[in-house]
Amino acid sequence: MTVDSLASADAKPFLALSGIGKKFGGTVALDGIHWSVDRGEVHCLVGENGSGKSTLIKILAGVYAPDSGGSISIDGSRYASLTPSQAKSLGVQVIFQDLSLFPNLTVLENIAIDHQLHAPFLAPPARVMREAAGAALGRLDARLRLEALVRDLPVAQRQIVAICRGLAANARILFMDEPTASLTRREVELLLRTVRRLKALGVAVVFVSHRLEEIVEVAERVTVLRDGRKVGTFPAAQLNNHRLAELMTGARITHQIMARSLRDRRPALEVRGATRAGEFEDTSLVLHQGEILGLIGLLGAGRTELALALFGMTALDSGEILLDGARLDLRSNQDAVKAGIAYVSEDRLGLGLNLKQPISDNIAITVLDRLVYAFGLVARRARSRLASSWVAQLGIGAPNVEAPVQTLSGGNQQRVVLAKWLATDPKVLILDSPTVGVDIRNKQGIYGVVRRLAKEGVAILLISDEVPEVYFNSDRVLHMRNGRIVGEFVPGIASEHALSEALYA
Amino acid sequence: MRVAPPGLSELNGKLSSELDRVIGSLRQGAIGISGLLALLAVLIGLFSLSMPTTFPRATTLQAMMFQIPELGLLSLAMAVPLISGGINLAIIATANQAGLLMAWILTALMRQDTNGATLALWLFGALAAGLLSCIVVGLVTGVLVAILGVHPILVTLGTMTLLHGLSIDLTRGRTLSGFPDVLTAISNRTLWGVPISFGLFAIVATAAHVLLTSTKLGVRIHMIGSNLESTRYSGVDTRRVQVWVYLISSILCWLAAVIMMARFNSAGADIAQSYLLITVLAAILGGVDPYGGFGRIAGLFIALWMLQVIASGFNLMNVSPHLALASWGVILLLVMAVKRFTPALRLAPRMRGSRSESPAWPGPNRRPENPS
Amino acid sequence: MPRLREVVFGRTETALIAAILVTAVILSLSSPYFLTISNLVNLVEAYSVTTILAAGVFVVLVSGGIDISFTATASATQYLGAYLATHFGFSAASALGAAAALGVALGSVNALLTHYLRVASIIVTIATSSIYYALLIYFTDAQEIYNLPDWWSNRITFLRFSSASGVVRITLPIVVMLVVVALTEYLMRWTRIGRQIYAFGGNPEAASRIGIGVLRVQLLAYGYLGLLAAVAGFIQASRVHQAVPTAMAGQELNVLAVAILGGATLVGGVGSMGGVALAVVFLAMLQNGLNLVGVSPYFFGILTGLAILVSITMTGFAERHARKRYAVRSV
Repeated sequence: MTVDSLASADAKPFLALSGIGKKFGGTVALDGIHWSVDRGEVHCLVGENGSGKSTLIKILAGVYAPDSGGSISIDGSRYASLTPSQAKSLGVQVIFQDLSLFPNLTVLENIAIDHQLHAPFLAPPARVMREAAGAALGRLDARLRLEALVRDLPVAQRQIVAICRGLAANARILFMDEPTASLTRREVELLLRTVRRLKALGVAVVFVSHRLEEIVEVAERVTVLRDGRKVGTFPAAQLNNHRLAELMTGARITHQIMARSLRDRRPALEVRGATRAGEFEDTSLVLHQGEILGLIGLLGAGRTELALALFGMTALDSGEILLDGARLDLRSNQDAVKAGIAYVSEDRLGLGLNLKQPISDNIAITVLDRLVYAFGLVARRARSRLASSWVAQLGIGAPNVEAPVQTLSGGNQQRVVLAKWLATDPKVLILDSPTVGVDIRNKQGIYGVVRRLAKEGVAILLISDEVPEVYFNSDRVLHMRNGRIVGEFVPGIASEHALSEALYA
Repeated sequence: MRVAPPGLSELNGKLSSELDRVIGSLRQGAIGISGLLALLAVLIGLFSLSMPTTFPRATTLQAMMFQIPELGLLSLAMAVPLISGGINLAIIATANQAGLLMAWILTALMRQDTNGATLALWLFGALAAGLLSCIVVGLVTGVLVAILGVHPILVTLGTMTLLHGLSIDLTRGRTLSGFPDVLTAISNRTLWGVPISFGLFAIVATAAHVLLTSTKLGVRIHMIGSNLESTRYSGVDTRRVQVWVYLISSILCWLAAVIMMARFNSAGADIAQSYLLITVLAAILGGVDPYGGFGRIAGLFIALWMLQVIASGFNLMNVSPHLALASWGVILLLVMAVKRFTPALRLAPRMRGSRSESPAWPGPNRRPENPS
Repeated sequence: MPRLREVVFGRTETALIAAILVTAVILSLSSPYFLTISNLVNLVEAYSVTTILAAGVFVVLVSGGIDISFTATASATQYLGAYLATHFGFSAASALGAAAALGVALGSVNALLTHYLRVASIIVTIATSSIYYALLIYFTDAQEIYNLPDWWSNRITFLRFSSASGVVRITLPIVVMLVVVALTEYLMRWTRIGRQIYAFGGNPEAASRIGIGVLRVQLLAYGYLGLLAAVAGFIQASRVHQAVPTAMAGQELNVLAVAILGGATLVGGVGSMGGVALAVVFLAMLQNGLNLVGVSPYFFGILTGLAILVSITMTGFAERHARKRYAVRSV
């Protein structure tokens, strides 16, 4: 390489997109995207659902071909479109959120899977695979047992395996889709350390994520997409969550603290010294009637585990739960529902809804007993009517309640989940990460519903790991870490920044 | 709240949303039903045209009504677990063992000259014993599937082999025959031209329809079939529902056994072995989703008629029973092909980020949809 | 070699070895005839056909599918070979070749249907099983073929020696069975296609994403089962000296039991031929021991069923526990 081309290689970005567009039928997914990522850069790509970011990534992975007129430039070479094998040989690797690993195979086999694909008849000798895998692990300074089955590894280690697989396939730019969503704080730090090593190796990393607090430590630039167009590329240090939200939605969202002091209300739910081995320990809290109590913590803090115990899905090893002053003995979640506790799971698609079934049955499933008119009969009309009334009450955009729930948008789907639990007339409503995957615009709508409920006297436990979500929508916020409640904040008295600091400390 | 009287445009709006709702529910199942009815008409037409003297007669219709009940009851016994996301491969074996038990009581224990009130008592006892044995089978199956979490394919393959082995062993392969006339009358006698057995089947099918569409249990069965975990999180005792599913399936097998005893005047371990495939065919043709969550008894009913028309046609054309069995297999595959390659006939507007969950079928029929 | 360690000491394999040892001790104490070479060799030969079929079913299970039409395929291919040999004087090689080709074809049909119809393989194979059997009976009128050529019905002994308990013959069925077991293990563990089948069984979406041909894997798995079904059919005919169309019907659960006891699951992606071999040994011992003690053969079916259910339940518990611990948070 001459001195000239070295200089130009530095000046030229590794990946450059020019005029990339994509239409699906009549819908414009991407429009005139100009984007570049430098060699070894850590770049963050953000956008809401429908912003086009997944289409963009799929174009780069070779899954889709962009519409004509644009070009993709990788390390100086120009292409109108890419095939999957082309993308791979050029060094483009995408790690989707499910990691695409083989849980039944060993770490070694997963990392060296490419060798498996291109070997002739026999599987490549163990020596060759071991060298490849060992080299990848070594470059990341990661220590993993090659013979371990991926199924036995925790998520953070699986991620390392996925990254190593990319490295072993000579990745030069790695796309990671929401990589920190399932990681504890310590694991996030491990990931970021790995990313720094990748950077040192000259591998560019593009995060698709909006969890700025974590990314800002390593990310240099952030590119925001909205409605298929690039809003702009900004230095990470100049952004904060609010600004990012505004850029993503194009709207100014004003936040107002709603916290009220409700300590003189009677307690709806009381937890005393709740302990469950390995999940949470000696946890106590009081939730007053009509109060919104925020429970914030990062993954691994034990929030969902506590919620599941309150909902009766798991049993406490010790401690008590009191509802309206009376001690609860929950053998199953049916007991909890009967007592008046409702739980909106964080896994909306898998656990909150029954996607292929009609909206009406999704809403009525929790209260079938109440719709019985004789001999255990529940007329379809009764279910429809119930659903229609909730559709009206919660403003769900669903013209036909017999349509499958999967035809609705994320925000509307979440409202259906809320409807089904509100139909049970709960005393306590536990919301676990209720706006995950919901567009920012729709988030406000859901917060509005939640606040209305609180005004009507429902006690709400709002579990989340997003600071603004709990800060602006709770009367009090409890901070949970490592299975214990370690702090209490009152929005307005404590600042949003203080809460954020405590969370990421 | 608007208080002004509805103007024309509002009425129009209401009408179109009502229409939307009707079309929505039509698309969900009824286009299937009308399509099936059309197919049935076509089949009847085809066979009538090719055999104008033998086929389109009242006797043909009546013969079909004699033959449908046992297959129909077994198909119901297959359909209910399918809708719940599972399967019951042991339905024939369950019916046969119940038939053998009842037959044994009526031939080996009861004196052949019994009549009157004593006969009634014996009959009652035999029927009760048969029912009890099916209840036991259903409970065991249900408990293994629901509480121990064993895959329904394996459990029912196991119970099928067990029951079949038991039946063969106890009878050494013989059949038992010679039942009281009262019993065989169920399949011999008619009421206004309709065989009693068919009337019984029609009643049971209606009851099944009502159960599945309009009872708590029915709604829960559908929901479990589509997504077991989500239904559990919604506060439904999914284990209890699953036990009920296999209990109902086995009780339907008992009814089928009674009808078979009445029709064949005998019981044996190997009767109706080829029916297993046909019950699956009838269920799927009738609109039951093999992955669970959906199915209409009305569709099943029409599908049974369709299959019976074809079977009667085959019979009249003297087609070998083996070729007939092969045809059932081919028809099942054709039906699946049609369902697969005509998405236009299905409702589903564009799906958004859906994730299909069919936890009762982990491996052999993993959905091809991409979860990410 | 680490792989060997995994094969012998994996969870299922260890449990099976323990079960075998315990059963062996109990049975040898109950009957003096049990732990003799001639007895053991006879045992193994009696299970040869089942084992060959189990090897094929094992491969399909690992790929994440299931197939219950293999007895129909075995019957059809056996009949074809017998027909060609007796009516057209086909030689061993050509008769076997024709049967093998038919077996692969029938298996491939299952693969194609499962792939293109996007239907559960259980339902596809329920259909094809009925179709294959029905057509076979229709075209053959259920006639048996008695007069198999000598090369087929003569007992081929590879090794023969005398022992305290009598003459011991290592015959063709035993040798073929050992070859099939070794070959299948080799193919699954040491070749690219075998590893791709495991990968596909473990995560079919990821497999197709990285370029593993889905249809290819399915064709190879179901085709292999079809091929082994033909081999099994041939061996079975050689043992009973005739080709009977309905002889192997009803054996589906036995074969499936062997594969599942050996560690394969309906979910796919797991299992080893070592486990299958151990499962055969265990079941053979169990059956023979019970026979010697005087238990009815029908009771054995019940016992087998129970053994499977117990083993699946335990595997199911273990799987669910592991999944809960490391579930990825789904967003």
